[in-house]
Amino acid sequence: MLRLELRAAPSRLALYGSPLLALALTALSCGCLFALLGKDPLQGLALFFIQPLSSGRALAELSVKATPLLLMGLGLCVSYRANVWNVGAEGQFILGAIGGAGVALEATPHSGSYLVALVLLGGTLGGVLWAALVALARDRWNASEILVSLMLVYVAEQLLSYLVQGPWRDPAGYNFPQSATFAATARIPRLLSGSRANIGAPFALCAAFVCWLVSRRTHAGFRLLVGGLAPAAARYAGFSSRAALWTACLVSGAFSGLAGALEVAGPLGQLTPYVPAGYGFTAIVVAFVGRLEPVGVILSSVLLSMFHIGGELAQSRLGLPKALTSIFQGLLLFVLLACDTLIERRLRWLPGLGRASRAST
Amino acid sequence: MFRLELQGITKRYPGVTANDGVNLQLRPGEIRAVLGENGAGKSTLMKVIYGAVQPDAGELRWNGTALELGSPRAARALGIAMVFQHFALFESLSVAQNVWLGLERGPTLAETSQRMTALGAEYGLPLEPARPVHTLSVGERQRVEILRALLATPQLLILDEPTSVLAPSAIPALFETLRRLARGGCAILYVSHKLDEVRALCESCTVLRAGRVTGSVDPRQESNASLSRLMIGVEPAPLSRREQPPGEVCLEVEALSRTPLEPFGVALRDVSLRVQRGELLGIAGVSGNGQRELLALLSGEDARSGPGQVRLFGHDLAGASPARRRELGLGFAPEERLGRATVPSLSLAQNTLLTRREPIRRGGWLDLGALRQLCARLLSTYAVRAQGPDAPARSLSGGNLQKFVLGRELDATPQLLIVSQPTWGVDVGASAQIRRQLLALRDAGSAVLVASEDLDELFEISDALVVMAGGRVSPRLPLREASVDQIGEWLSGLWPRAAASAAAAAGTAAAAAGTTGAPHA
Repeated sequence: MLRLELRAAPSRLALYGSPLLALALTALSCGCLFALLGKDPLQGLALFFIQPLSSGRALAELSVKATPLLLMGLGLCVSYRANVWNVGAEGQFILGAIGGAGVALEATPHSGSYLVALVLLGGTLGGVLWAALVALARDRWNASEILVSLMLVYVAEQLLSYLVQGPWRDPAGYNFPQSATFAATARIPRLLSGSRANIGAPFALCAAFVCWLVSRRTHAGFRLLVGGLAPAAARYAGFSSRAALWTACLVSGAFSGLAGALEVAGPLGQLTPYVPAGYGFTAIVVAFVGRLEPVGVILSSVLLSMFHIGGELAQSRLGLPKALTSIFQGLLLFVLLACDTLIERRLRWLPGLGRASRAST
Repeated sequence: MFRLELQGITKRYPGVTANDGVNLQLRPGEIRAVLGENGAGKSTLMKVIYGAVQPDAGELRWNGTALELGSPRAARALGIAMVFQHFALFESLSVAQNVWLGLERGPTLAETSQRMTALGAEYGLPLEPARPVHTLSVGERQRVEILRALLATPQLLILDEPTSVLAPSAIPALFETLRRLARGGCAILYVSHKLDEVRALCESCTVLRAGRVTGSVDPRQESNASLSRLMIGVEPAPLSRREQPPGEVCLEVEALSRTPLEPFGVALRDVSLRVQRGELLGIAGVSGNGQRELLALLSGEDARSGPGQVRLFGHDLAGASPARRRELGLGFAPEERLGRATVPSLSLAQNTLLTRREPIRRGGWLDLGALRQLCARLLSTYAVRAQGPDAPARSLSGGNLQKFVLGRELDATPQLLIVSQPTWGVDVGASAQIRRQLLALRDAGSAVLVASEDLDELFEISDALVVMAGGRVSPRLPLREASVDQIGEWLSGLWPRAAASAAAAAGTAAAAAGTTGAPHA
């Protein structure tokens, strides 16, 4: 009989091996899924795991998708490590897009290059504002940050919808609900001409480094960590739980807002009702698959953007529904949580167990 | 024929052999002590007997037949019951509901209540089945656990440090119950590290050290010294202290009343006390009488004290954060070492940072090298047995973790150190070291406030005592005027109320004149 036993110490091998095992199991189950749908499993899996890495263009596309996931995943790591469950990164992302667009729409072809910085700043402030509402509700009225942040996503969607159909609608846009295209001076500079990759990716990588530095090397990072792991110990040490709540909310709001501005002033170039593409929810998976560690989040954001691109390819090339992306994401998180059991526990084969329990009954 | 016979029980965990060829024999009706320091392997051995842990080698014979226990459920079916040190009761349910929930099949709630009342009368464990558990004292909760075990009419009862939660006055009653049970043929394994109790109750004793049996003796024929030699290999040196008059007033609490922060907490009622430099004041009392709430108000974890109610060296502490209090010279070691005094999953070096600010550089940057050095110094100075500064806090045994926590606080040379249950669950050797360190701090002129359930300990180290009961604090009693009987009476809240304020005033006036508070020899 197989039995789960507590390990004396958490296994390091399992800690790093568990995401790989989870990935393998996810690929295996999805391969079965392809076979059931009557497609060649290897061909299907290749769309998810090989095609997105196959060419320069594909890699550029990957970086465009991974950038918002990485930024938001980093913010959520800070938040979740502090035990603050902000699940409304999507809403903060939308407000970031609105804030960035608000600045970008004021740009003229003659504006200086500083304007891009203002666009990003506007987006960051938008995200901070939206997350501040969450912190305020929790701090003042002890409202669950999970519910408040989630519901604010829908408010943000309505606000976006109002803006693109009302005050910010492009007068020359044939009544389509979208803003005017931003002036070139307000657009995020590209890394190479002709490539879709823009400066957002190096930006996000720098942010990951800063997150790592702050969480490992500063007292502020330490205070957040303690507050999340053991609230009683934080109280004992005198670390303020209110400060932790506000920091966690505002930092994750800022990262999501920045991601929103990068998206709207980068690949999109205008504000449309299609800004919310679900990145904010995928980022939750990114944060957990990345072990709430900056380096892990870099890897998981790339992985989940591969799923994203793979889903689109499966739709166009194999005629499969795009919902496959969500299935991949959901399975990965589900299997990962199961595999994590092996960090603290191990499976043991107990030959004598069956006999003893029979004897006792 | 033996009720239980263990032969060569061996259990290895990675890095440590918890049990190494342990033999033990137990006859029906025998009360046998299992004596040993923390980490000696007592708990593992009990878990093996209770079926919660499978041994790597060795044989377990029950009434003469060899068997392998797959689970606690199988053990219970054989008639093995265990009363754990930490209770598993639902606060909001009644006594009978709690017991009924744990039963595997059969009786209705009403039948359970009846059987409990009958059993309670038989064994001298009076309990009202309908009372909600949160209204029970710790001693009464233990009775619930024992009754729960007795309902299964066990042939073997295991008790894990049962007196650690009891008032001294409640201990004889527990012993009487256990003797009655033994006369009925039930074998009892009594796990403890308290030598006096073992000698008073048990007729045989298995001593464990580092996983091995170091002796199987009749404790009534042994002295405390010979037992502790078996247990730790050496006898602890006697404590010494310097005679000194107490100095200036360090901590003053005036008429402090507070409703508890937590549900089922204890309200503090009109608490006044003061601690002077160079003295060690003990707070006696069974846990759950407001000590936790009072100490949280002193440490700043609960900053709701009113203006002027708590003063440290004349500074009003109303609204002051724990960090601010630490700057003023306060050190605090709470009774929960894991989860409050330390973060279980973080390294010892990181845990050092909870209360120490030396490795923090300008701008909040951490000097990780300095932090590791500080932590390594604490580990060596305070003889903490750990793998090093990187070992997670939860990998330490209770005693070693307490040495680390106290070392961290002592090393900051606090002007006032507040310690709750300094040696709770700590083995004899480490306890002696901890008491010596507390006295050394007092000798060096700091004030020390110790809340403890262990009266022997307080009589050993205090200069004066107060008693806490029901959220109130008794007048202070210089140690040489205190007797165990009187403190025992006060533990139930029966101190002379009318004279309380007068006595307190007289006591402090005399203390200021330097005539009382002279250490007890």
